[in-house]
Amino acid sequence: MKEPENNFISVFIDEEEILVPSGINMVEATRLAGKEMPHYCYHQKLSVTGNCRMCLMEYGMPLTDRATGEPILDRRGMQKIGWLPRPAIACATKALPGIHIRTDSELVRECRNGVMEFLLINHPLDCPICDQAGECSLQEYASDYGRGYSRFVENKNVKPKRTRLGPRVMLDDERCILCSRCIRFCKEIAKDDVLGFIDRGSYSTLTCFPGRSLENNYSLNTVDICPVGALTSIDFRFKMRVWFLKETASICTESSVGVNTLAGCREGKIYRITPRRNDEVNDTWMPDSGRILHNPVDSDDRLVHYTIDGKHTLVEEAAKKAADILSKGAVAVVGSGRASVEEQYLLRKIASAVNAVSVSLVSRTGEGDGLLISADRNPNVRGALLTGLIEQLPHANLTNLATDVETGKVKTILSLGEDLTQCGLGRDLLEKSNLIYFGTHCNETGEVAHVLFPTLTVFEKSGSFLNQQFRLQTFHTAVPGPAGIRPDIDSLGKLLHCLDPETIPPSNTVDIWASMSSGIPQFAGVSVENIPKTGLLIDGSQWAQLPFIEGKSLHYDPATQQSEAMNISK
Amino acid sequence: MIPAEQRVILKYLDEPGYTNDIECYIRHGGYEMLRKAFTMNPEEICHEVELSALRGRGGAGFPAGMKWKFLDRKSGKPIYLICNADESEPGTFKDRQIIHKDPHQLIEGMMIAAYATGTKLAFIYIREEFPQGANILEKAIEEAQASNFVGSNILGSGYSCDIIVHRGAGAYICGEETGLIESLEGKRPYPRIKPPYFPAVLGLYQCPTIVNNVETLCNIKHIIEIGGEDYSHIGVPGATGTRIWCVSGHVLKPGYYEFAGGAITLGELIYEVCGGMRPGRRLKAVIPGGSSAKILRADERYEGHLRDGTAFDWGIDDIPLDFDSFMAVGTMSGSAGVIVMDDTVDMVQALANLNAFYAHESCGQCTPCREGSLWMKKVSTRMCNGKARAEDVDLLASISKQIEGRTICAFGEACSWPTQSFVSKFKEEFAAKASETRSSTDNNGNRLI
Ligand SMILES: Cc1cc2nc3c(=O)[nH]c(=O)nc-3n(C[C@H](O)[C@H](O)[C@H](O)COP(=O)(O)O)c2cc1C
Ligand code: SF4
Ligand code: SF4
Ligand code: SF4
Ligand code: FES
Repeated sequence: MKEPENNFISVFIDEEEILVPSGINMVEATRLAGKEMPHYCYHQKLSVTGNCRMCLMEYGMPLTDRATGEPILDRRGMQKIGWLPRPAIACATKALPGIHIRTDSELVRECRNGVMEFLLINHPLDCPICDQAGECSLQEYASDYGRGYSRFVENKNVKPKRTRLGPRVMLDDERCILCSRCIRFCKEIAKDDVLGFIDRGSYSTLTCFPGRSLENNYSLNTVDICPVGALTSIDFRFKMRVWFLKETASICTESSVGVNTLAGCREGKIYRITPRRNDEVNDTWMPDSGRILHNPVDSDDRLVHYTIDGKHTLVEEAAKKAADILSKGAVAVVGSGRASVEEQYLLRKIASAVNAVSVSLVSRTGEGDGLLISADRNPNVRGALLTGLIEQLPHANLTNLATDVETGKVKTILSLGEDLTQCGLGRDLLEKSNLIYFGTHCNETGEVAHVLFPTLTVFEKSGSFLNQQFRLQTFHTAVPGPAGIRPDIDSLGKLLHCLDPETIPPSNTVDIWASMSSGIPQFAGVSVENIPKTGLLIDGSQWAQLPFIEGKSLHYDPATQQSEAMNISK
Repeated sequence: MIPAEQRVILKYLDEPGYTNDIECYIRHGGYEMLRKAFTMNPEEICHEVELSALRGRGGAGFPAGMKWKFLDRKSGKPIYLICNADESEPGTFKDRQIIHKDPHQLIEGMMIAAYATGTKLAFIYIREEFPQGANILEKAIEEAQASNFVGSNILGSGYSCDIIVHRGAGAYICGEETGLIESLEGKRPYPRIKPPYFPAVLGLYQCPTIVNNVETLCNIKHIIEIGGEDYSHIGVPGATGTRIWCVSGHVLKPGYYEFAGGAITLGELIYEVCGGMRPGRRLKAVIPGGSSAKILRADERYEGHLRDGTAFDWGIDDIPLDFDSFMAVGTMSGSAGVIVMDDTVDMVQALANLNAFYAHESCGQCTPCREGSLWMKKVSTRMCNGKARAEDVDLLASISKQIEGRTICAFGEACSWPTQSFVSKFKEEFAAKASETRSSTDNNGNRLI
């Protein structure tokens, strides 16, 4: 046997020896061996119920003489394996040192074949109209392990086809394979135990408890983990065949948790947002509320023209004009906790170039839900700290700025994405100042701006955020922005160039990172193109004393996060 | 000569004048063994039970002493004892007699077992369909509490334990011990996966738990009375003590009969004890251990070797009534429910009837049993309704094979063994159905599928 490393044990999968972390089950061990153990009911993040029986395998342990404790050897001098007479389920079998399993024997194939046949006999022939088609485990395994023809000539069971479990989730009981994943999710993760089975045997039916409804803010995760098309999203149902969707890695901007997501798009339109697994941040979950954040992308009130005093212009002209205004001094910069690290860095450069009187950030807060929505509703306040844009945590109101405008200390305001009228600066006050505004949508601030730069939403550009854990995570362009609109870093870069012709405008995030990693000690050596899938923890110990407002959430504990931050700095 | 019963558990319960109140029980020497047990320490009692080689009477025949040994006593968690009084295996009706007519015998056996296992709280899980039995047990427990046989500081021993009667949820699967535990916890009786949920380690409320059948627990009292060693000499090795056989079906005198293990044969039970077949009828088949046991065909011969190596060559009448002989002939003594069928029985209909039971009782948790049991029901019912096809025989056998050994609990075997054995042993009868054409409606015009 191979030499065991720390907490790693040696297991044999179809005679091939591999080292796996001790304590994992044989579905995971098989995955690590590069093979597939088909499964329906097992889910990495839920308790194990072992009910689908798809993962049946053969297993055995090396035999030892009970009396002497010596291994029993076969004729070739190898230790004999005591194979169990019955197949066992891989999901409930822990990897034990020296365990042998067969994932592809005659018996195992027969078992899968049998389970597939049983699952299909009462299953409706809905694939042509079923939203799950194309990403359905039942379809996939049917083609991999199924019999290919039916021996079933009886009447199929009839069950309810359209049950609204809640405002966002629809249930088709005939498609349900009774794996109980959704029930376990509600109970164990969402802590909202509302689903259960009624009746028994093959007539078992999933339902919501009487008088209750599946309406918690995590309800759509049941749709994600349902291995079949039994649970569908009322929003997404019948809208798009999933095989047409191109999925792009994104980050949810709902709060500083930084939930990892996938934006599913076709021909420039986003059809759905689903969670992307990150065991350090959101596991495989995301809140329902984060899934509709793509809606504003398509709205009619997008800003689509660079303008100077209301007249359309080119981005270069707008940058020149803005630089002229800014060069006159008495500038206040308002940054955004929704801007990317890269944008915040360029904004900081601009602020220094114009010797800004003040730099502020608008805070957004709400109640944390203890799971995947934190109290800080800005996705990237930490980025603003790291880039040096701000030194203190932001306030909700820009009262100081209002006073500065009032007293004439500030004559020009540059706002990156923030609607200042929502932050305590009245329209009349804004009209008194020179306003340069970068924004995605029409609003009052945009209306009174002298120079207006339309910008892109998080789905239309690439960049990175630093979440509550000081974890650097990247998002990517899922859909193109409105025609003619440059990425925000482009506009900011052009403006910076006009202010300081020495700087070459960066053409992409890589350029900016080259500059940041040499200028910001915590970013030294970081290259965004190849940060780990789970994101990269950045040393945040310098800010450990700030009164961050986030409470505990799924993978974040303010108490231990501080000590972690310390560890990185060592 | 009709073989005489050896009544130990049933000793008094059918005697004229024997009532189920505590005075009557005490007049007959009741609760003396509990007193005796308190003069021993728990380890001694466990040792006696081990020596007795008592095997569980609930169906699986697992040695009781060994089961108790598996108890995780080091967990620091409370230990629970559960009496399985769910008696729902078709053909089984012995526990009911004990509960109705001699409840204190069960309570005495339970309290000794509770003391021996260090039980904190004991439960009797009684099937919903025994409402009267539940009332009788509750009254008996009150009486026993009043006399300090149950409750705190029992008989001044310093040991305390109560018994709670829990009425079941009306499902066969509540008799499977882990399903029972879930039901007792107030959930659907979904049997648990083993590993990791072995009751002796992670049972009721994830605490170490012993589940024993009513009859098993009654035997504990008698083991204390005569000692484990002497008990083990009753009956034959592998089937020590007595066993209550429940005979139903086409015999003249159906009923419950208690014999020492291996004392008589199946033939003696049917023809002598139960008065034989009804006039003019011949024995066709026997299900020996409750409906889940594989059926035995009357004209078959059974050859092979017993576990100790001795060869046997038996007709159905020669099979001794014990655990291992039934195993040796390819079936099981199960819950000791002997269902006798004569030559009037249509085997396809009999199977369709059993399949309807199993399809109705499958809890629905795991795929093979959930889907397979209903499929077998649909096929066998269709065969009875004049729509049989030649390929149905093999199909039934194949479905049952796809269930067996692949499910969460032993219900998988329970529902597949009838089909497997009926189809293989009465193949010609099943095949003949394919050539019959019958109406698909019953006499009242109802559709039968
Ligand atoms: C489907 C199924 C139903 C069962 N029903 C009963 C029952 O009604 N009564 C019973 O005592 N045991 C029943 N059992 C057996 C129990 O699981 C358990 O083995 C038994 O209660 C243990 O007691 P014993 O060791 O004293 O026999 C059933 C088992 C299965 C698989
Ligand atoms: S759940 Fe899967 S197999 Fe069933 S109808 Fe939908 S796509 Fe087809
Ligand atoms: S609805 Fe989906 S997730 Fe829920 S039990 Fe059915 S198949 Fe499983
Ligand atoms: S074998 Fe049948 S009764 Fe047992 S858990 Fe599975 S479905 Fe339920
Ligand atoms: S994955 Fe369902 S039983 Fe293992």
